[in-house]
Amino acid sequence: MDRILEILWELHPDVDFETAGHLIDDGILDSFDIVTIASEVDLDYGVTIPAEALTPENFNSARAIYALVERLVKE
Amino acid sequence: MQTNVLEYLEHTVRRCPEKTAFADDKQGLTFRQLYDQARAIGSYLYREGLYGQGVAVFLKKQPRTIAAFLGAIYGGSFYVPLDEEMPRQRIELIFKTLQPGAVICDENTQALVSGLDYGGKCIRYENAAFGIIDEEALARVRREQLDIDPIYVVFTSGSTGVPKGVTGCHRSCLDYIESLCEVLPFSKDTVFGNQTPLYFDACLKEIMPTLKYGATTYLIPRKLFLFPIDLVKFLNRFKINTLCWVVSALTYLSSFQTFEKVKPEFVDTVAFASEVFPVRQLNIWRKALPNTRFFNLYGPTETTGICCYYEVDREFHDDEVLPIGRPFRNTQILLLDEQNRPARQGEICIRGSRLTLGYYRDMKQTEEAFVQNPLNSLYPERIYRTGDMGKYNDRGELVFLARKDHQIKHMGHRIEPGEIEAAANRHREVTGACCVFQEQAKKIVLYYVGSVNAAELAAHLAALLPRYMLPGEYNRLDAMPLTPNGKIDRKLLKQWQMRKEK
Repeated sequence: MDRILEILWELHPDVDFETAGHLIDDGILDSFDIVTIASEVDLDYGVTIPAEALTPENFNSARAIYALVERLVKE
Repeated sequence: MQTNVLEYLEHTVRRCPEKTAFADDKQGLTFRQLYDQARAIGSYLYREGLYGQGVAVFLKKQPRTIAAFLGAIYGGSFYVPLDEEMPRQRIELIFKTLQPGAVICDENTQALVSGLDYGGKCIRYENAAFGIIDEEALARVRREQLDIDPIYVVFTSGSTGVPKGVTGCHRSCLDYIESLCEVLPFSKDTVFGNQTPLYFDACLKEIMPTLKYGATTYLIPRKLFLFPIDLVKFLNRFKINTLCWVVSALTYLSSFQTFEKVKPEFVDTVAFASEVFPVRQLNIWRKALPNTRFFNLYGPTETTGICCYYEVDREFHDDEVLPIGRPFRNTQILLLDEQNRPARQGEICIRGSRLTLGYYRDMKQTEEAFVQNPLNSLYPERIYRTGDMGKYNDRGELVFLARKDHQIKHMGHRIEPGEIEAAANRHREVTGACCVFQEQAKKIVLYYVGSVNAAELAAHLAALLPRYMLPGEYNRLDAMPLTPNGKIDRKLLKQWQMRKEK
């Protein structure tokens, strides 16, 4: 979880990712951010985020992103 | 001879008045509605005495925005597209240069306009678009307008921190659209899926051919570009067959292996611009859509958008570079070396009727970029110096090499690092700032000196710059590395970045 927060803070140091729950709905994350998150996750966790996992629900909060990564690691 | 871009609409509205011209997922405008609303807006603006003045269009991306653009042209004004996501301070900077005669807004953007340091006219879309159509006034405007009169000003990043207003006219636009349509297979059956924002010139590729042929353009909601599966479903649902997108939007789909799940079923033409398309990604697209035609387009805003094209006609290995090909009809490319002599490798300079008028209220910068053709000393002839370096390959095709200066291309946007640095330097606790671009990760990296932390600086920049200009990484330094003659050592900072990437 800390690593996910780190990735997000590097992109947007001014956002409180521990509490923010509408990263997509509020337009905080854009396509560039998602590409960056995906490539960092690939490097750190060795998992590829597939196209069908790109949904608002999976990216609306740091917790949701972490849950997605955990799921992908288990598979 | 056609001298006004509105003639496209006027021919088409007679042919297919009830066909949808522009639509998004919620609403659409037929050619008849577009024609009526644009002429009513034109009549209103003319009555308000705005002939020859800039009219800022401050609306969300929607079909009505395009009616407002055309309305400004009907009134003999020129439109200046603004975006609700532009920070207030940047809009005020633009207004300082523009001094608009009026702003067109709606119930969503009126409050934002009220919050600006702007005391001029504020016109509600509904009040103008559904009013009286004054045929006599519109005819007077048409008689007075020449093809060298401006139709739009779009603001692009400026290296001093002040955005530059590129001013397009009827002639530059007509020359561009007519030659573009000779190459790209547009027709009345074309269904465009628009991706580029309406506040740049890139959307002319879709707007003008839609008017010319009576085609249809769907404005794709911005959020869909985050969700590849939903995006492809949208393309299929509306039978979209033509994409003119920036490279990063296309590679987003291919890099997430979208086509293994769902494929665009109707797309037969893909044109891309703004950046070099990585061949590995292009090959994924070509494999998924083997019968689709792919076009690499190249050109700066200063020449109305695109001036060169290359249709992908052969196989490319993943490590090869796509050429930008050759100029459209009635445009010439000169490659000039440092002594201004024609060369096989040099700065890409453009001559032809598609040159725009220059930068609004900025004769000095205009004269620096739009210069006398150094190969002609006999009569005045302007060429535009792009600042891009190019060469011809063995096949005689033009290839883009690099920038002469530090300009960045990021997510389809053209960015001057100087503008980001100027914004950072406005923070009172920042004493020095320098931006470099990490090519591999495509990330803007800011180095700065000062006591402020990254979070505060990011918040400060977010209030001044559009989000595509915001750095993706912040590095605080005790001191800026300098070159022997006292300038910030960008090369060294770039080397640091490259070492980090490894």
